[in-house]
Amino acid sequence: METILEMRSITKEFPGVVALNQVNLSVRAGEIHAIVGENGAGKSTLMKVLSGVYPHHSYSGEIAFAGQPQKFRDIGDSERLGIIIIHQELALVPQLSIAENIFLGNEPSRHGIIDWHQVYARTRQLLQQVGLKESPSTLVGDLGVGKQQLVEIAKALSKNVRLLILDEPTASLNETDSDALLELLLELQREGITSILISHKLNEIAKVADRITVIRDGMAIETMDCADAPIPENRVIQRMVGREMSDRYPPRQPAIGDIVFEVRNWHANHPQHPERQVLKDINLQVRRGEIVGIAGLMGAGRTELAMSIFGRAYGKRIRGDVYLHGAAVDVSTISKAIGHGIAYVTEDRKGLGLVLHDDIARNISLPNLARVARGGVIDRTRETGVARDYREKLRIRCAGVTQPVVNLSGGNQQKVVLSKWLFSQPEVLILDEPTRGVDVGAKYEIYSIISQLAAEGKCVLMISSEMPELLGMCDRIYVMNEGSMVAEFAAAEASQEKIMSAIVRAGSEK
Amino acid sequence: MNDHIATLPPTPAGKKYSGFLRRNFREYAMFLSLLVIMAFFQVQTEGTLLMPLNLTNLVLQNSYIVIMALAMLLVIVAGHIDLSVGSVAGFIGALAAVLMVQHGVPVLLATVLCLLAGAVIGAAQGYFVAYHRIPSFIVTLAGMLVFKGLALTLLDGQSLGPFPEIFQKLSSGFIPEVIDSDSLHPGSLLLGCLAAGALLLLAMKQRAAHLRHGMEEEPTQFFWAKQLLISAIIVFFSYKLAAYKGLPNVLIIMSLLIALYQFITNRTTIGRRIYALGGNEKATRLSGINTRRLTFYTFVNMGVLAALAGLVFAARLNTATPKAGLGFELDVIAACFIGGASASGGVGKVMGAVIGAFIMGVMNNGMSILGIGIDYQQVIKGLVLLAAVWVDVYYKNK
Repeated sequence: METILEMRSITKEFPGVVALNQVNLSVRAGEIHAIVGENGAGKSTLMKVLSGVYPHHSYSGEIAFAGQPQKFRDIGDSERLGIIIIHQELALVPQLSIAENIFLGNEPSRHGIIDWHQVYARTRQLLQQVGLKESPSTLVGDLGVGKQQLVEIAKALSKNVRLLILDEPTASLNETDSDALLELLLELQREGITSILISHKLNEIAKVADRITVIRDGMAIETMDCADAPIPENRVIQRMVGREMSDRYPPRQPAIGDIVFEVRNWHANHPQHPERQVLKDINLQVRRGEIVGIAGLMGAGRTELAMSIFGRAYGKRIRGDVYLHGAAVDVSTISKAIGHGIAYVTEDRKGLGLVLHDDIARNISLPNLARVARGGVIDRTRETGVARDYREKLRIRCAGVTQPVVNLSGGNQQKVVLSKWLFSQPEVLILDEPTRGVDVGAKYEIYSIISQLAAEGKCVLMISSEMPELLGMCDRIYVMNEGSMVAEFAAAEASQEKIMSAIVRAGSEK
Repeated sequence: MNDHIATLPPTPAGKKYSGFLRRNFREYAMFLSLLVIMAFFQVQTEGTLLMPLNLTNLVLQNSYIVIMALAMLLVIVAGHIDLSVGSVAGFIGALAAVLMVQHGVPVLLATVLCLLAGAVIGAAQGYFVAYHRIPSFIVTLAGMLVFKGLALTLLDGQSLGPFPEIFQKLSSGFIPEVIDSDSLHPGSLLLGCLAAGALLLLAMKQRAAHLRHGMEEEPTQFFWAKQLLISAIIVFFSYKLAAYKGLPNVLIIMSLLIALYQFITNRTTIGRRIYALGGNEKATRLSGINTRRLTFYTFVNMGVLAALAGLVFAARLNTATPKAGLGFELDVIAACFIGGASASGGVGKVMGAVIGAFIMGVMNNGMSILGIGIDYQQVIKGLVLLAAVWVDVYYKNK
């Protein structure tokens, strides 16, 4: 079979990180090629290289499309050749109609005046092709996610797509919509369109894919042919996670006590779409001195769970109870949650964790100004003293505690956020992706801080998308998928394969 | 031990100064621009600008802008804007006139009622901004129209006055003197000297405390040059004012308010929280701070100070007119932005806003003396605003 796309030894580096390392990928004309891998394995980066989001000179390696070497400078270059990428977060304008969205930036026009007849006629034709029974003038914002996905595909078709890239297209779809979408992919395949499908759902991949490429740690591990005989899921999972664990984690002697923190029957709905349930009947417990992990894919609802517990910072129609030392506590506002000794260290340091142009000392004291003030007047000497203590304890590398946090590295910013919450002397510490965007050296330091906290008797609930990190640090691991707890493992019996298959199985059962 | 020196290799003195200057460029630049602008008009008006009579006028004309700029700074730092302050000030002036002139309500009671009315107006606007998340631009644009209209209704389209004499003293009175003399008012001069001395002592004390705890401070020469210059200016101006009728009452009110707001923004938890709110609202909320209530109170505060400014203005004119307060919001907002406040919130200083207000005031006054028409005055003020912010943005990006 003819090869339509050939990517050779693609290497892409970000400051301090090799995101892609000598990746080769070859896609045959007319096939559906699945790409699987863990969060952060490099799948999206590879697709961004392919579509020109990262322009030609920013990576090394070669791309050949339809036999010709290509040097894309931007998305426009790749789109002209018919390489269209549909991102997980859809790029549609909700206030515009289906027709307007499909032809946005590409309107059939004469002297700048849009030919609406043609727009609507072609939209109707495209909608028929993707099987979407909606009027072209319907606003995209009024459509569900599944139908929006179809509009995106119609938009791709309008650009004479030859290679369609779908990034997690079914992640937010229900089963019927997912099936319809997969059916459509097969239909497009019959029309000669090649697709690359990025997905975590191995059962869906098994339904449609001709070949599977596994990416792990920025490297293409293996390409498997599954057109004739299906490949066992276990084998794929093993290839996805198969990596050796070394002592990247500080040694711990867990001293685990009684149950301190407990969440029972926790439900929450989406803040913008209150009819959509995001968290379904969650139960969890954390004991004194225990580090408990929550594993799951992006969008599993882990951050939503943490934030909804932390003073209802997320979600609507929240139901359920939080117990501390066996007594129900009121955590309905953030200050009450803090008052009960709960702290939440956000995954989004810059957006939710820090006031970036403020200095280190001011960021650390923010949730506890009362503790460095008397009668509402801040004692700056004390404030600086507190900041200095944490600077020393957590080894925050900075010129001084009056340095704005915006100039610090990711790891040091994370330490400032940790300091901020340690200063509120919490009993329960919820850490959301505590090492995201942190370099390897600083990771170890952050792990040490976390172990230290557990040793001091605090309850640590740690959300992470890096499974090795959870396995390396936690005493117990919960697995979440699509808003529910789907599994729980003690550290001794947990493995990446078990966690991944719990997720995959939960996703398939639906 | 100084933090800065502890971790960085020691820097040569010259480099240290330039580094400090670069980081604090804005504050010095503002202050120097005001001095330069004053010197310019002093020369151009052949000395009229700093004549005792004119200086007194300058203070009186600017007082209500400065008063509103203090509260506006907090609103802007919190990430909002208030377009209604001019109309609110005008409306409160009208309310004061109706109460005192038409109904003979005692001055003190009427004043308290007016300030309360300002608080209620601020609360109403703050309620929609904070609890219903309607952009402050829209809420206060509506308020601007509403209170302009209500002022007209209250006054029936007419001017109303004169006010009781004691109320007039708010703006046109001067502090009482022990020894009365026509040529020089020694009490005023003495008060000015005392204020200068107190400020100097306070600054020295603070500097000593900061140095003791190793916080970054300006180099010694800088500190003394700046503090002595400030003291000299205060003494010089009180001397000038003492040569006319002494220190105006409203200057005392204004100075106390400046000191209060300087303290609130720099030293109190509530001030700190407003800066954090404007800097990153979500992070502030996740730090357990009730950001809605804080926004609400920021607007209440704005309402009260707009009311006070309205009273000061009415007392100065000695009548309430339907046109009072027209366009004040522009000068007030411009003062804050010239003073270095950021339109996206989280950044801005009280002293910056005060200096900004005086830059606007000196330009208004100086250009009027020079006989420049109101048309060109607006053009020039507009360009100065743009230039000030442009320089700011330019240096920030550099």
